[in-house]
Amino acid sequence: MEIGPILSTLRRHKITAFLLVIEIALTCAIVSNAVFLISQRLERMKMPSGVAEHQLVMVQMTHTTPARDAMARTQADLAALRAIPGVKDVTLASQVPLTNSSSNTEIRTDPSQKLPTLNATQYFGQDLIRTFGAQLVAGRDFRPDEYLDYAKVIHNLDLVRTQTSSVVITEALAERLWPGESALGKRIYFAGVETRVVGVVKSLVRPSLFEGDGGAQWSMIFPLRMDVNHASRYVLRTEPGSRRRVLDAAARVLRQLDPHRIILEKQTFAEIRTDYFRNDRAMAGILLGVIVALLTVTALGIVGLASFWVAQRRRTIGVRRALGATRGDILRYFQTENFLLATIGIALGMVLAWGINLFLMQHYEVARLPWIYLPAGALALWLIGQLAVLGPALRASHVPPVVATRSV
Amino acid sequence: MLAYYFQLAIHSLKRNKVLTALMVLAIAVGIGASMTTLTVLHVLSGNPIPEKSARLYRVQIDPRGSFGFRPGMEPPNQVSWIDGMNLLHAARADRQALMTGGLVAVQPAQSMLDAFFAPARYTSAGFFPMFDVPFRYGHPWNAADDQASARVVVLSHALNEKLFGGRNSVGRMLDVGGHALRVVGVLGDWRPNPLFYDLTRNSYNATEGIYVPLSTSQVLGFAHDGSTDCWGNGGGSKRMDPAAPCAWLQFWVQLDTPASAAAYRRFLVHYSQQQKALGRFQRPPNVRLRNVMQWLDYNQVVPANVRLQTWLAFGFLFVCLVNTVGLMLAKFMRRQGELSVRRAMGASRRTLFAQLLVESGVVGLAGGAGGLVIALLGLWLVRHRPAAYASLAHLDGAMLMITFLLAICASLLAGVLPAWRACSITPASMLKSQ
Repeated sequence: MEIGPILSTLRRHKITAFLLVIEIALTCAIVSNAVFLISQRLERMKMPSGVAEHQLVMVQMTHTTPARDAMARTQADLAALRAIPGVKDVTLASQVPLTNSSSNTEIRTDPSQKLPTLNATQYFGQDLIRTFGAQLVAGRDFRPDEYLDYAKVIHNLDLVRTQTSSVVITEALAERLWPGESALGKRIYFAGVETRVVGVVKSLVRPSLFEGDGGAQWSMIFPLRMDVNHASRYVLRTEPGSRRRVLDAAARVLRQLDPHRIILEKQTFAEIRTDYFRNDRAMAGILLGVIVALLTVTALGIVGLASFWVAQRRRTIGVRRALGATRGDILRYFQTENFLLATIGIALGMVLAWGINLFLMQHYEVARLPWIYLPAGALALWLIGQLAVLGPALRASHVPPVVATRSV
Repeated sequence: MLAYYFQLAIHSLKRNKVLTALMVLAIAVGIGASMTTLTVLHVLSGNPIPEKSARLYRVQIDPRGSFGFRPGMEPPNQVSWIDGMNLLHAARADRQALMTGGLVAVQPAQSMLDAFFAPARYTSAGFFPMFDVPFRYGHPWNAADDQASARVVVLSHALNEKLFGGRNSVGRMLDVGGHALRVVGVLGDWRPNPLFYDLTRNSYNATEGIYVPLSTSQVLGFAHDGSTDCWGNGGGSKRMDPAAPCAWLQFWVQLDTPASAAAYRRFLVHYSQQQKALGRFQRPPNVRLRNVMQWLDYNQVVPANVRLQTWLAFGFLFVCLVNTVGLMLAKFMRRQGELSVRRAMGASRRTLFAQLLVESGVVGLAGGAGGLVIALLGLWLVRHRPAAYASLAHLDGAMLMITFLLAICASLLAGVLPAWRACSITPASMLKSQ
């Protein structure tokens, strides 16, 4: 296919050609960035939690007035919950992954440090690691004799300040604090407390990612027993198939044990995850809508302009046909023309996409656009362009040669 | 004249229905998308208390220890009990209030209703006059009630509806957190959006049903609900220890003139120095006095997603405009023959230009109407999203006007270049070539 004649024709339609190029460039730039943003959101929604998600359910409850014998009541609750058929493990957890309510602290690895190393979240609860199904990769879980009552500790911090207590941390936190070393036996300091790492779990996500996704896995677990005055979330582990039944039974049991209790929430962990990432899902949906709308508008624009060009060049096409050009020649002429314009647009669009990405990186939490998204955007635009131009080009190829002999 | 141009435009647009429909659709989709996001942005960045926002200030001081100190750090968003009480009792501002969020169990008097938890505000009496809170029944409590930790409560309009069927409940007793409190007032319909005075709550559509004197809430041990920022050896617990080195209260002041604001800032610096001399503070004085809009801005209360969507929508509108320019160019250039004849017969270039612009204006009007439908549909979709602000997304009169203005401006803008191109051909050459 000769490109020369096409270029010389386009030179006579500079403005229209330029507009089409700009439109394709903008669409290409926005689409590649939007596709990238969607993939980031989808990636985020898959964020590992480190717990046995398909087996966990949670009941959140509260008392209208503080309980007097909180620890005894807690033990009674736990025993009753354990007795529900299908329940493997139960814990009263101070906080639960991806539920937004969290307790966090600034930690140091050296007591003389002037600035904290980072902010990590703190999980408390008896048998929490086992119940959550967090996977130990080094060291051990807490021994029964290591547990202290949270209520006692909060009233007398000396209980944890006079002795070194144990802590289990995540692999990500260990790697951040002591890169390349084993974390076992290392010390973490905060609020006048010294703790020694006795175990490392593969992963355990924070309840709330208020400091961004980078520190999502910076979690610590302490051997503290919670009671109903200081914690509100019972987490139960069961078979995936009996989650709903166990959840209903647990809520019923808890209400029976204490009618003054209010059940605030009962959810499977799958529902907790869905809730937590609902904004990401909504945003991905909006971006998808924008991509479809943009490609449609651009395609319609191409159809409109190509139709205009075909109508304008009816005579020229007739002359070419009369001089021996086949239908295929005419068809390919318009297709090549569109391909050329699209290519120029795409080249511009890639530069623009990169610019938009730079802007987004500066103002929003967006990562650098991986180059793989650029050819993806390009391919989409080439395809849309060819599809859009097909109709007008076919119409052009059906212009009979006899048009050449007619005036006007 | 304009009416005639209008007729001409309609006639011309009818001649090529597909192209016209494409142009109208492109503008409608672009306008619809950008108006949807713009409306959400407009609603979310609105001023929650327009008549006073410039005179109300959030107070920030830095009482933390030297651990973790970096020059240029922002002070904590909230204040501790001791500092809050000191500043409240100093009473150096025109009005002031110390407050925090809570969660209390409410036991309705009627046995049909189960006990439930209601979000509460524990505050000193200055809250109501300072924020111009309207009262439906009764009146707020006063400073003497604060002093005496009086067992009184003010209910929101919605909670009074729920508990007492909307009747005047002043003087009735209510069981709150296991204690009998006397209702002294019921608020009118007061829903500041966002909830500017405590952004640690859900910023939008947050409701607080119960207002209790701060002193009373502490005496009765009501639970605190909200963010707590501790330093040193402070620890978190639902019942806050007044002496704990934790910031968990919000302190607001009303300062009517810039001079009094400057004086108050000096007072805060002086207070910080005094506390440092006493050994309570360890850092150099670091105070902030932000008015309502500055405070919202500082806390980036408009969600990043919404801002991103606005950019996206305007990029989209731009593509739609470029598209429309192309289509109009195609349409106008196609009529060069007709335009040449009219030029040859004496129509001035200006007349033709005006006619073509009217034609693009008509397209804009139609696009605006279409855009409005799309925007209404878009906002309906937004309202069905799970975000807290969802139910606020409504088009108001101002936004309606902006929609049409934007549509017509956009299409006129898109029409200028094509119209100019179409008018600037020399009629003779065009007529000859035919």
